[in-house]
Amino acid sequence: MHSLKAITALGGNEAQVDTVHGLTITECPDWAIASVAARMGKEKPLVTAFKKAMGMALPKPSKSTGKDGITVFWTGPDQYFVEAPIADNETLADTLAEALKRTASVTEQTDGWVRFDVQGAGCSDVFERLCILDTRTMAKGTVSRTSLEHSGCFVMCRTHAYFSVYGPRSTAASIHHALVTAAKSALG
Amino acid sequence: MTQINRLTGGLIDHSKPLDFSFDGKSYQGYAGDTLASALLANGVRLMGRSFKYHRPRGPLTAGSEEPNALVELRTGARQEPNTRATTAELFDGLVANSQNRWPSLQFDAMAINDRFSNFLTAGFYYKTFMWPAAFWEKVYEPIIRKAAGLGSLSMQDDPDAYDKGFLHCDLLVIGAGPAGLAAALAAGRAGANIILADEDFACGGRLNSETFTLDDADASDWIAATLAELTSLPNVRVMPRTTVIGAFDHGIYGAVERVSDHLAVPAPDKPRQIMWRIYTKRTVLCAGAIERPIAFENNDRPGIMLASAIRSYANRWAATPARQVAIFTNNDDGHRTAADLQAKGVTVSAIIDTRADAPSSKQAEVLAGAQVVNSLGRLGVKQLTVQLADGSMRHVHCEALGVSGGWNPNVHISSHQRGRPEWNTKIAAFIPGKDGPDGLSAAGAAMGVFSTAGALESGMNSAISALQDIGISTKPIKLPKAEDAPVNLQPFWHVKVGKGRAWLDQQNDVTVKDVKLAHRENFRAVEHLKRYTTLGMATDQGKTSNMGGLAIMAELAGKSIPEVGTTIFRPPYTPVAMGALGGRAVGKNFHPTRKTPSHTWAEEQGAVFVEVGNWLRAQWFPQAGETHWRQSVDREVIATRKSVGICDVTTLGKIDVQGADAVTYLNRIYCNGFAKLAVGKTRYGLMLREDGIVMDDGTAARLANDHFVVTTTTANAVSVYRHMEFCRQCLWPDLDVQLISTTESWAQYAVAGPNARKLLQKIVDPEFDISNEAFPFMGCGAITVCGGLRARLFRISFSGELAFEIAVPTRYGDALIRQMMEAGKEFDAVPYGTEALGVMRIEKGHATGNELNGTATALNLGMGRMVSKAKDSIGSILSERAGLNEPDALMQVGLMPVDLTNPVVAGSHLMAKTGPVNAKTDQGYITSAAYSPILKTSIGLGFLKDGGNRKGEIIRAVNPLNKQEVLLEVVSIHFFDPEGERLRA
Repeated sequence: MHSLKAITALGGNEAQVDTVHGLTITECPDWAIASVAARMGKEKPLVTAFKKAMGMALPKPSKSTGKDGITVFWTGPDQYFVEAPIADNETLADTLAEALKRTASVTEQTDGWVRFDVQGAGCSDVFERLCILDTRTMAKGTVSRTSLEHSGCFVMCRTHAYFSVYGPRSTAASIHHALVTAAKSALG
Repeated sequence: MTQINRLTGGLIDHSKPLDFSFDGKSYQGYAGDTLASALLANGVRLMGRSFKYHRPRGPLTAGSEEPNALVELRTGARQEPNTRATTAELFDGLVANSQNRWPSLQFDAMAINDRFSNFLTAGFYYKTFMWPAAFWEKVYEPIIRKAAGLGSLSMQDDPDAYDKGFLHCDLLVIGAGPAGLAAALAAGRAGANIILADEDFACGGRLNSETFTLDDADASDWIAATLAELTSLPNVRVMPRTTVIGAFDHGIYGAVERVSDHLAVPAPDKPRQIMWRIYTKRTVLCAGAIERPIAFENNDRPGIMLASAIRSYANRWAATPARQVAIFTNNDDGHRTAADLQAKGVTVSAIIDTRADAPSSKQAEVLAGAQVVNSLGRLGVKQLTVQLADGSMRHVHCEALGVSGGWNPNVHISSHQRGRPEWNTKIAAFIPGKDGPDGLSAAGAAMGVFSTAGALESGMNSAISALQDIGISTKPIKLPKAEDAPVNLQPFWHVKVGKGRAWLDQQNDVTVKDVKLAHRENFRAVEHLKRYTTLGMATDQGKTSNMGGLAIMAELAGKSIPEVGTTIFRPPYTPVAMGALGGRAVGKNFHPTRKTPSHTWAEEQGAVFVEVGNWLRAQWFPQAGETHWRQSVDREVIATRKSVGICDVTTLGKIDVQGADAVTYLNRIYCNGFAKLAVGKTRYGLMLREDGIVMDDGTAARLANDHFVVTTTTANAVSVYRHMEFCRQCLWPDLDVQLISTTESWAQYAVAGPNARKLLQKIVDPEFDISNEAFPFMGCGAITVCGGLRARLFRISFSGELAFEIAVPTRYGDALIRQMMEAGKEFDAVPYGTEALGVMRIEKGHATGNELNGTATALNLGMGRMVSKAKDSIGSILSERAGLNEPDALMQVGLMPVDLTNPVVAGSHLMAKTGPVNAKTDQGYITSAAYSPILKTSIGLGFLKDGGNRKGEIIRAVNPLNKQEVLLEVVSIHFFDPEGERLRA
């Protein structure tokens, strides 16, 4: 086991949790992410290979699916992010690359992103101060790309009281600040 | 405190007194007052001084169209100029001061301008201030700057927070008067997503100012019931205190919500205002109408107001500007003011009606076919001179005059995006035209439907029609019984009797004479009229004056009013605080901050940071005792070249390139060849733009046959990735290549210096041989470090030293730098920042953004031969253009001062050793310069004409701005280790 200690995107040893007027904003460092992009002419073989390897169909545009703690969401034409608990899946990209053979190009994306989970009744009141997404009408399981207070992010609607924001890891502090500030402003 | 002009009733709360001060004097008003209504109730009519002539002024209106009663609201850092007293909600402790006067409102020395009005007419500044020429900068301009403007800024930072936000709806209803409320109610009951916005703090629109009944009860009953229902509906969002400021493209509307302006200070963490972007499918504009005045000589005295405004003050705010009021009207609406005033116990001294067949009145004597030709009373109107129908003159006493020239539908927003309103002869006014913003329709008074019954019905019908358009069926609702009076108006724009000035635009002090002057001087097109006279160019955008100006120009030009036309309407509808446009992007949060993986560690070391785009990078790491940055930077360079230094280079773009055609793709992106790059090797790559100019440089590392990692400069990471995606998706969709950015995913450090390998051998796991034989210069590969952590190693060097770049997943970047510094202790390892990085790369002659400046070609960089002619690549063809390949083309050279104590100054231009200094004799320019602690002199890189053939020549670097000239010798760009022996160690 290697000797290097990981820190979270916000620079802490533990994940940051904030509660603002009943809304919790939680830093989520324990996820591995791999990008899967179909190779040319291999779009259908990828679907088959992925189903075989992961037991799931690949999601349609702007949608996500999940099974046994693993989530897959659409990120572009024939492109997907696969997210799995990092404890057992730190080398997710390698595992997937091997399983999918050359039907897709697989790239580690784990530390390209910081994930913040936003939970509570006031989610939409907060998101409407941050990004253009109409979170009040977003269907469950939808993932949209958007600019959130000037950072390019993915926003996933799990339920109307539970969203996840994936933003660039280097910008974690700014994104966190934007979430907390908007919550303090819009709620309570 | 007595409020001498306070009346009974109204929509104010007489049980809630509020203290406020104006120009240092204390007064009392009530909850529900505006600053203007409270001042009027206290007998204060004088509230401002006009822009040019500093004439005493009072409020003309009771709304956001106000031209005169502009005050500085609040004090200290929150002070705001040009606040309309007519819309400022009164709160306890409110402090306001008048503006544009010295020393006081009552006595303003600048009123001397009024005596020179003949010299200060429209456009006077085009004819003056020209002689003597020397006076312009030192005398005229400072005077004009001092005199210009109305209010003053606090000059302190705005301490308030502003939010920005995004709303979505099926139907946006602009205005919550009878038309808007009916529209929202019908649409809300149909289940559509509705936003109902009104600039006022109380919904109800004109109904709040009238004594109309709805269903034989107070209009306020119906308003309250409607609002209660609307706010109970989950699909309806009612937004009072929210001004829709503009119709923008694609159905997007801007709206400013005043969250805290009615409070003394915003609550903690809450914004002062919110700038909303509303994305709506359909919009109904129910913005009502604005009354227009009639111009006559001295029509601008305090107390002379729009008749409907006097009615608003009396009915809604229980205040009257005076106890004796006269009316001047050309339509029935003026009579309504007389009736409502008398009902509240105010005397109406006369109704001066321009119509020969004016109706009689129970409230006062009606002077039919008469016109007001003058007024007296400098600090407040006292008396009118009236010309009767038979031509005789009469004096009428009054301390306020209500003027009603008819109503202008509020077409502003329907005329955004170059919509043009249409003329409606029946009401002698413009109504919304057919080419306004897509998806917007108008209803009620905004559409020229002036009666309450008409407004209710047209509001409801517009909503039904708009929702039908988007597939939502809406049932008509039961509307209350309401008045349905016809419009009885005879157009009358201005009184032609009298030689003195009659005001049109009161805020910019534009008179009827100015319009006539513009016509005489041939500025007759409506857009010229506007700009030559400045009519309509003040903060009120001419809402109460444009019509009058057009009508007079039409008369003079012998045209109809619609033939003269209107000027372009532009957002914002009313002034917007700059803070609302900036939102939260203020100060440190102006843009997001990107931190490197070693940021926390660098902070602990006391690093000095520099902004590189959104990134913060360590610039240098001062040690104890160092007081000047040169000490730190020199030390870092010396230490790195002597032993080993470590630098965080995470910020440089990293792009993962995979696919069966990855090599083909890279060969087209880069001008140099990549087809033969072996797996496990890295190559320097030059990317050209289509026009042959260099776009970016970097490296491509081949990790597998079909897998590369491409690097870019920090500054171009995003633009190169965007370019690469464009090429992949649009230029060559037939290639099998996939891209994704990995800049963020991997922490990357440069480890450079003679002991770099020795240090890394303590980090890299022993099964990976990184000796010179096993891992030569430009090698690359996947490795593990510190007992099994996945990592990547690249043997590339920007510093020119024996160097590697080591990458680990970002979450381990902090631990890695700490481990490497620990391992490096035995080698006196130093961290180095961007400054030392810059010095070392200049010493080695490596180009960066300073050289890749958007005009340099590969040839200029001395890399002309790198543009392969064995294949096609972006920019290859156009790089062959004759103009880019002249025999004396600029060439990159090294520069050293002849006198080693002299500086080399980047940006200096290069000239021959002697001779004139001008653009014709220009030989090139210096792109980069630094002090080299290794060579103990300043050195620089630059572009010099035919530089390749001028080594050894002595030239001059000139900096005419600072009168600097330095003799330099032209040398090789490789100042240090020119054979590259250290690189390949």
